[in-house]
Amino acid sequence: MSTRRRRLLGWLERHPEAQAWALLGPGTIWMVVSFVIPVLIMCAYSLMPRGTYGGVEVGFTLEAYQRFFNPVYLIILERTFVAALLCTALCVLLGYPVAYVIARSGRWKNVLLFLVVLPFWTSFLVRTFALIFLMRDTGLINSWLLKLGLVREPITMLYTSFAVLTGLVYGFLPFMILPIYASLEKLDPALLEAAEILGAKPAARFRRITLPLSRPGLVAGCLLVFIPALGSFLTSDLLGGAKELLIGNLVQNQFTTARNWPFGSAASTVVMVLVLGAVLIYLRVRDRETVGVI
Amino acid sequence: MEGAPGVQATPAVEVVRVSKSFGATVAVRDVSFAVMPGEFFSLLGPSGCGKTTLLRMLAGFEEPNADGGEVRLLGQVVNERRPYERPLAMVFQNYALFPHLSVERNVAFGLEQRKTPKAEITERVRSALALVRLAPETFARRMPAQLSGGQRQRVALARALVLNPSILLLDEPLGAIDLKLRKEMQLELKSLNKELRTTFIYVTHDQEEALTMSDRIAVMENAKVAQLGTPAEVYENPRTAFVAKFIGESNFFDGRVRARGEEWIEVDRSGGGRFRIPRQNGLGPGHSVRIAVRPEWLDICPVDAVPSDENALGGTVRDVVYLGETMHVLVGLPDDLVVAVALRNEGQLIKPLPWKKGDAAAVAWKPEDCQVLEEE
Repeated sequence: MSTRRRRLLGWLERHPEAQAWALLGPGTIWMVVSFVIPVLIMCAYSLMPRGTYGGVEVGFTLEAYQRFFNPVYLIILERTFVAALLCTALCVLLGYPVAYVIARSGRWKNVLLFLVVLPFWTSFLVRTFALIFLMRDTGLINSWLLKLGLVREPITMLYTSFAVLTGLVYGFLPFMILPIYASLEKLDPALLEAAEILGAKPAARFRRITLPLSRPGLVAGCLLVFIPALGSFLTSDLLGGAKELLIGNLVQNQFTTARNWPFGSAASTVVMVLVLGAVLIYLRVRDRETVGVI
Repeated sequence: MEGAPGVQATPAVEVVRVSKSFGATVAVRDVSFAVMPGEFFSLLGPSGCGKTTLLRMLAGFEEPNADGGEVRLLGQVVNERRPYERPLAMVFQNYALFPHLSVERNVAFGLEQRKTPKAEITERVRSALALVRLAPETFARRMPAQLSGGQRQRVALARALVLNPSILLLDEPLGAIDLKLRKEMQLELKSLNKELRTTFIYVTHDQEEALTMSDRIAVMENAKVAQLGTPAEVYENPRTAFVAKFIGESNFFDGRVRARGEEWIEVDRSGGGRFRIPRQNGLGPGHSVRIAVRPEWLDICPVDAVPSDENALGGTVRDVVYLGETMHVLVGLPDDLVVAVALRNEGQLIKPLPWKKGDAAAVAWKPEDCQVLEEE
């Protein structure tokens, strides 16, 4: 047994490609089964006629797409992109300073990071319900405002786009903070000192050193927030009511109550293609920028 | 001696009774010195002696304690000035090149901050790169990650020198490059200093480096300046045992004054034997004395052939060490003190040393070839 194991390890050492495949294999199989195949099935379904009681029938049709490119649904698409963009922007504005402070907080670092991930200890559903209790007309916020005499009537917060945005930002903020923190933490303080002695005041140091060197984290954070925000349906469902339908809600409805699988698949496919396109364009632009510097 | 003769300018750098503590730790204690314009001045000491803190106070990254004295640059007190408000540039220990900027953008950084016109920036970046012997055509567009250690070093130097600073601070800039290149850079730095007439403040823990390049050296120990002087002064007249040990090698002999003569003081060595030292004020019979004798000031001779005017201590050869340029003969005295004697290597293959392990031998030195050390 042990000789056979040693022989296997020796063989792997002599064959780095085999080693790479052995390491990549399990993950690749997992991704193919649970991600690539379902995505292909989804794309296929979007091009098939709908079944009467859900599912699809054999055949080919562009019906689902024709239906989707219709003002009613395009408004939902636009609203979804606006919400996801706003959510990402707010997460950057709120998250970057937090990540910056944590990265420079010395021995408090671990405590603060722990606080950032603490919300994950409770289910997202429960936390969203907690937001409802905070924001509804008889909720904590309104009852305090009334008690303090700051308002005469409760402010309507729940079932507005404000509530949806609040819920999205609340849910995704840690995904922005953590990657930005990771890249700021790696930043060598000597670089800032070098910039300072070369004449850079605080604002210039941030713009020319800190920000460009934390860009990988910023980009990762934006992707981690923007993409799931595009597909979210729970938050808009619970906090936005029926008025604030996002594309995620539409897809969910098509697969459950409306039983129009091809239409749901088509909506998903459109969003996926748009996101992929946006990311590819971004990467192109960035590559060109890097070349420009050199 | 203060600076070059004939120069009556204000000191470029003046440190007046400067102290700095971090919490309960005193990093710099009551240090004073003045550096004249154009001087190559080294702060030399082991890690933790306060030399880096002192340099950081000159740079403006640290402030002296509230009652911790004054830092003056070009005659002006700068204690409260930010680094970018001081007339200096700095080369950092690990270069601190901006990894996201090409070589030319790194060098241009300081000029850009000073809102220098574009055309002038291009011109000055080119000449700064040429000054540190990096061909602009080859290197201007490379990223720091594509450079060797020595090349990064040169970029860091160019980035500082392009600003024509009056004062250049260097924090162990040669620590991370290999020996041969380091020797080359030492001479280059020295000639840059003379050519540009920029004041160099150089922090290092490498005594040889400090001796090679400096006009003057401040040897630091435990947050204080142990000795300040030219390389020859600190090497040949070390004031304390620490300086004698830190700069070069030394043998130490302890003893008690036995008698004062016309010219010499006679000392009983505590481990046995007797030696003479030059007359010193304030040393009377009974006083304890410690002297340092460099290995190259010592000679080795047969026990019965000691020159009559020299000090000699008898012992046994413990080992002969081959060092290339020199040979070290280690002689064990009866009290187990091992004394190193440096002899010129005249070629062991053609003219081998007549000494081998186990031989009886005496170490001998002229009474004036010793340094009487102060109590630390």
